[in-house]
Amino acid sequence: MFQATQGEISQRAVIRRQQLKRRLLPYGYLTPTLLLLAALTVVPIVTVFLYSLVDNVIVNPNPPVFVGLENYEEVLSNRKFRGALSNTMYFSLVSVAAHFFIGLSFALLLNSRLLSTNVKAVFRVIYILPWVFTASIIAILWRLLLNPHGVVNFVLLEFGIIPELNEWLSDRKLALNAVTFINIWSGYPFYLVSFLAGLQGIPDDLYEAGRVDGGNAWQLFLHITLPQLKPIIISLALLDFIWTIHQFTLIWMTTGGGPLRSTEVLSTYTYKAAFSSHEYSIASTIAMVILAICTFVAIFYVRSQRMADE
Amino acid sequence: MIGSRRQILVRKMLVWIALILGACFAGLPVLWMVSSSFKSNLEIFAYPPALIDDSFSFDAYLAVLSDPGQLRFFFNSYLVAILVTICTVVTSILAGYAFSRYDFRFKRILNLLIIGVQSVPPITLMIPYFGLIVWLRIYNSYTALVLTYMVFTLSYAIIMMTGYFNTLPRDLDEAVMIDGGGSFVTLWRILVPISLPGIVAVGVYTFMLAWNEFLFALTLTRTNDMRTVPIGIHLLMGQHSFEWNQMLALSVLGSLPVLVLFLLFQRYFIAGMSAGSIKG
Repeated sequence: MFQATQGEISQRAVIRRQQLKRRLLPYGYLTPTLLLLAALTVVPIVTVFLYSLVDNVIVNPNPPVFVGLENYEEVLSNRKFRGALSNTMYFSLVSVAAHFFIGLSFALLLNSRLLSTNVKAVFRVIYILPWVFTASIIAILWRLLLNPHGVVNFVLLEFGIIPELNEWLSDRKLALNAVTFINIWSGYPFYLVSFLAGLQGIPDDLYEAGRVDGGNAWQLFLHITLPQLKPIIISLALLDFIWTIHQFTLIWMTTGGGPLRSTEVLSTYTYKAAFSSHEYSIASTIAMVILAICTFVAIFYVRSQRMADE
Repeated sequence: MIGSRRQILVRKMLVWIALILGACFAGLPVLWMVSSSFKSNLEIFAYPPALIDDSFSFDAYLAVLSDPGQLRFFFNSYLVAILVTICTVVTSILAGYAFSRYDFRFKRILNLLIIGVQSVPPITLMIPYFGLIVWLRIYNSYTALVLTYMVFTLSYAIIMMTGYFNTLPRDLDEAVMIDGGGSFVTLWRILVPISLPGIVAVGVYTFMLAWNEFLFALTLTRTNDMRTVPIGIHLLMGQHSFEWNQMLALSVLGSLPVLVLFLLFQRYFIAGMSAGSIKG
């Protein structure tokens, strides 16, 4: 009797220990991730926030002074900042819209039943091609093509589309549209790939039923394809919008924000404030504003992801 | 009947026209870059332009490949990208396992945090990183690049890995557990081998991101012997005389690893991408 109880107790202890182990185990698996994210995401964001509240940080010999929200007032009322903000919004919104349109068109084309599997496979690789190039290579590539003496000007001039040679990347009126175009070219394949996967997931029965009901191709697209792709479209567009707001390399290596700040976006503006002017407080403040914009968009992104989960 | 056959023919022609126009949009710029890399530097902007001209040669490639400084860029890029890939794959397998197979108190909030990290702008982290990396005494080192790149490869990798594990039935690991295998044994012996397609997708994705990274490589390294390929191209651009053909040759060579990986693994990659992030 006594022994049995003791056995029971030790068994319970073993079970409790196992339960504890099982409760702690997931944290064990997550330890490397959490350490990295704490050290390289949470701490830096707190740091940059603190920098934005003080003056004289990092390279200044004077001790830091707490200034509250003064840096934010200074940044938000600055004309250069507003210019960069409006350039960023133009660049991002036009890019996202064009990415969506081109990505979906190409995906529908590659999904056409009129083409054989081999043809599709070859053209799929060609269409995805812009994706394999890194931003700095895309910058070189388009600086070659859009050079005043480059092939784009030659072709457009020969066909009489433009009256004279354009300085695509160094003309104030053209540069923002030129870099937006480059970004459109480089970014649509991400949509294409996702839409292709999405289209293959739409059951054929839906289209059969639609055809029986007398729907034409356009109606089928509008009432079956688009609604079925809606969750993909929403999360893609939000993620792409965030990424485009981040875009630095492409603009840095094509125009560097010029000429006369006509292509200055928030990220190039921040970089210059920090590493050319050494105004780290101001740079941190702009960085916080970018973070705020991205977080705002990210809330919708996370929500759309969670909806897809359920 | 004849009418509908003609209709199909017309439609087929329209599809082909659209297909070829699209291929020109996507492919011609790339073709022009490749062909220009075989021209002499004087002929790059020759009038009228020709796809292939008399100056065709491999000189630019030989110049890049015989320059130890530029080969060093490749070595650095490969080393950093491979290290980042290994670290990201291992870390994301562990994290994905926890998210897929366990229920724990902070699961939801941690999951949100990891999804949220994707939206943190690199430029926001730049300024504090600079101080942090110097303070850790890893400025201008591979360690600095590997650690900072992982911040941006990891969250998407974890989402992809969790998604992949979620598609595998739980009965599998429960059977091993009943046979007395521990949690880690289950992961290592059962889940990892059958998740190879998912792991390959994560690996290719990570390698591509790491190979292409620019901003951190630019700011966290100082000496030319630590620079990666994208920064090497940037340095060539900054020189007084533009060696266009060499820059283009370096660009073509710098794109090959990603292109080859993509062509080899595109099936896994596309499937993994759609299983991971974007659930339709």
